[in-house]
Amino acid sequence: MPKMTGAQAVVEAFTKEGVEYVFGLPGGACLPLFDALYDAKFKVILVRHEQGAVHMAEGYARATGKHGVVVVTSGPGATNTVTGIADAYMDSIPLVVVTGQVKTFLIGNDAFQEADVTGITRPITKHNYLVKDAKELPRVLKEAFYIASHGRPGPVLIDFPSDVSLAEFDFVYPETVNIRGFKPTVEGHPGQIKKAAKLIQQSKRPVIYTGGGVIIAGAAKELIKFVEKTNVPCTNTLMGLGGVSGTHPLFLGMLGMHGTVYANKAVNDCDLLIAIGARFDDRVTGDLTKFAPKAKIIHIDVDPSAISKNVKVDVPIVGDVKQVLTELNKLVEPVDTKEWFAQIEVWKKESPLRYHDDGKAVRPQYAIQKLSEIMGGGAIVSTDVGQHQMWAAQYYKLNGPNQFLTSGGLGTMGYGFPAAIGAQFAFPERTVLCITGDGSFQMNIQEMATAVYSKLPVKIAVINNNYLGMVRQWQEIFYKHRYSSSEMNGNPDFVKLAGAYGATGRRIDKKEEVEEAIRWSMTIKDRPCVLDFIVTEEENVFPMIPSGKSLDQLMDMA
Amino acid sequence: MAVHDPTPIQQRVLSVLVENRAGVLSHVVGLFSARGFNIDSLAVGETEDPTMSRITLVVKGDARTLEQIKKQLNKLIDVIKIQDLTDEEFVDKELMLVKFKTSPRVKDALKPLLTKYRMSVIDEDGSITVVESTESRENTQKLFGLFKELGIVEIARTGTVALSKKV
Repeated sequence: MPKMTGAQAVVEAFTKEGVEYVFGLPGGACLPLFDALYDAKFKVILVRHEQGAVHMAEGYARATGKHGVVVVTSGPGATNTVTGIADAYMDSIPLVVVTGQVKTFLIGNDAFQEADVTGITRPITKHNYLVKDAKELPRVLKEAFYIASHGRPGPVLIDFPSDVSLAEFDFVYPETVNIRGFKPTVEGHPGQIKKAAKLIQQSKRPVIYTGGGVIIAGAAKELIKFVEKTNVPCTNTLMGLGGVSGTHPLFLGMLGMHGTVYANKAVNDCDLLIAIGARFDDRVTGDLTKFAPKAKIIHIDVDPSAISKNVKVDVPIVGDVKQVLTELNKLVEPVDTKEWFAQIEVWKKESPLRYHDDGKAVRPQYAIQKLSEIMGGGAIVSTDVGQHQMWAAQYYKLNGPNQFLTSGGLGTMGYGFPAAIGAQFAFPERTVLCITGDGSFQMNIQEMATAVYSKLPVKIAVINNNYLGMVRQWQEIFYKHRYSSSEMNGNPDFVKLAGAYGATGRRIDKKEEVEEAIRWSMTIKDRPCVLDFIVTEEENVFPMIPSGKSLDQLMDMA
Repeated sequence: MAVHDPTPIQQRVLSVLVENRAGVLSHVVGLFSARGFNIDSLAVGETEDPTMSRITLVVKGDARTLEQIKKQLNKLIDVIKIQDLTDEEFVDKELMLVKFKTSPRVKDALKPLLTKYRMSVIDEDGSITVVESTESRENTQKLFGLFKELGIVEIARTGTVALSKKV
């Protein structure tokens, strides 16, 4: 049995788990761990702020389907990760976060850089540990990786006191885990699957509604087979985008608050709603009493607590989405949806996605359409949060899963840029684009340094309207144009800022410059490139169903 | 219709087996505050297997909330098993210690109760009388009402502990 320090044991466990990248920033309490990381075979990426580290790990995890791994120090290092961890918890991203902690005998003494990190992160982690004895490390590390990625994934935090990281012990990494209280249901109940298949066959106006669960389960292929075999129209949540290709003829686009009119009308009018790896979030349903009022509901999800949480479900199926869809695909047959599609086609013609265009100004929707056309459906696209996020969801057509990285649940401004960096580390050869806003970008803009020293060719499209655009839109519509604290006075010149970091960029304020600038950005291969799109300031995201309302209050472009 | 029909508020007794480790109780209690669930009573103690503790919870809510409570508890990694005792035959007890000012009125009032309930006087002098009761949650509530009328100086109550009657 090899003798190791606690810190070396962590590095050894990371190696055994196949970790490729660790994102982090050192400090006093995790100096022993960073000393051990100095000899690691995998890469350690120094970030500029711990929140950036977590979002990079999230971006990496979502693009690859693997664990994202973060190492930071105690106290402020750990508290800086809180937003990222909460984000990963809401969006079910498998992370392992190791936080340094003060020495065990100092815990509770208000020591320098001490914070009760397991206490702070309890409600935002899937599980967390405070390791007080190095001998617990092998079990804790093995469990952490297992818990993070099994069942409904999520972040697991290990709080790691510095004296434990220095303690020597005999290290044996366990081959298996046995956690009495954690046995996720993988296989869907065959009887329920049969019932679901029967309901599908009997339906006249069915709709498939899928969420991030399809992406996480790696079930996009099974989903497309299901959609095509049944011939049932499919809509995605924000988190589910890429589950079916954005150009698929059976795809209705996104549903919900800023979803397409026809997707929302289809859900409103359907007689069967097949929810797969989605959780009936309020941004999707609006007024629950008026959501899918005529429909029976089938709900497939790996998390039993997601089922019947918000809506009443007729056929619940707890299980791994990929497994359940595989079984379901064996039973289903084509549904006669000819009339149903004819109706949807009418809605599509009546209210397509559209925007005003005067041919001169840069419309944000136009910029994103052109990004989509030129950078292509194979790119990995991250977004921040706000108007640009919704436009990206509406107008960027993606080919497949694990390509759309966005903060869906928590709605974290500052997510997009570091997430893109994490994805670019994973796929150095692919086009990785961050669509952001002038507000969001500045929330983690310091990570430009991380991208520059790593020579990452991340593209950053700033949809720059000089506002916290979504806040401004709500203030325009619901608060009588009273733009309270939403105008972004004092914005920097993003191109100059990029230059200062050693990146490059261009400012685009005319429609005619858009295409050329995007093409130019594709030639930059050794550094980040900022495309600062100066867009029409008071553009609104439409369609829009106001918060808590239903389809009959839908607002569309005037 | 997609929404849940409203259902009456009921009280349930849950028996929850958990890992006997530091921090487990905070995970359980934290879940209730984070999700806005109500706990009426909670009692915890080690079991015959020293690696496990049993938490007895008395919770309140409509059918949907109660289902969520059980599902969310089940999601906690440290929760091993949940039994909803309300669905089966079970026994339950609560311990209550009550301090009264000694007086003929108190003495007279307590006398019939001492024979009717599992109650005893555990300390008594000229000034103070301390009474112990070990009764079901229901009876404890009843006694508590009577004691309040008598004039309580101080009171301490445990949460409900309960066990299924099944083998």
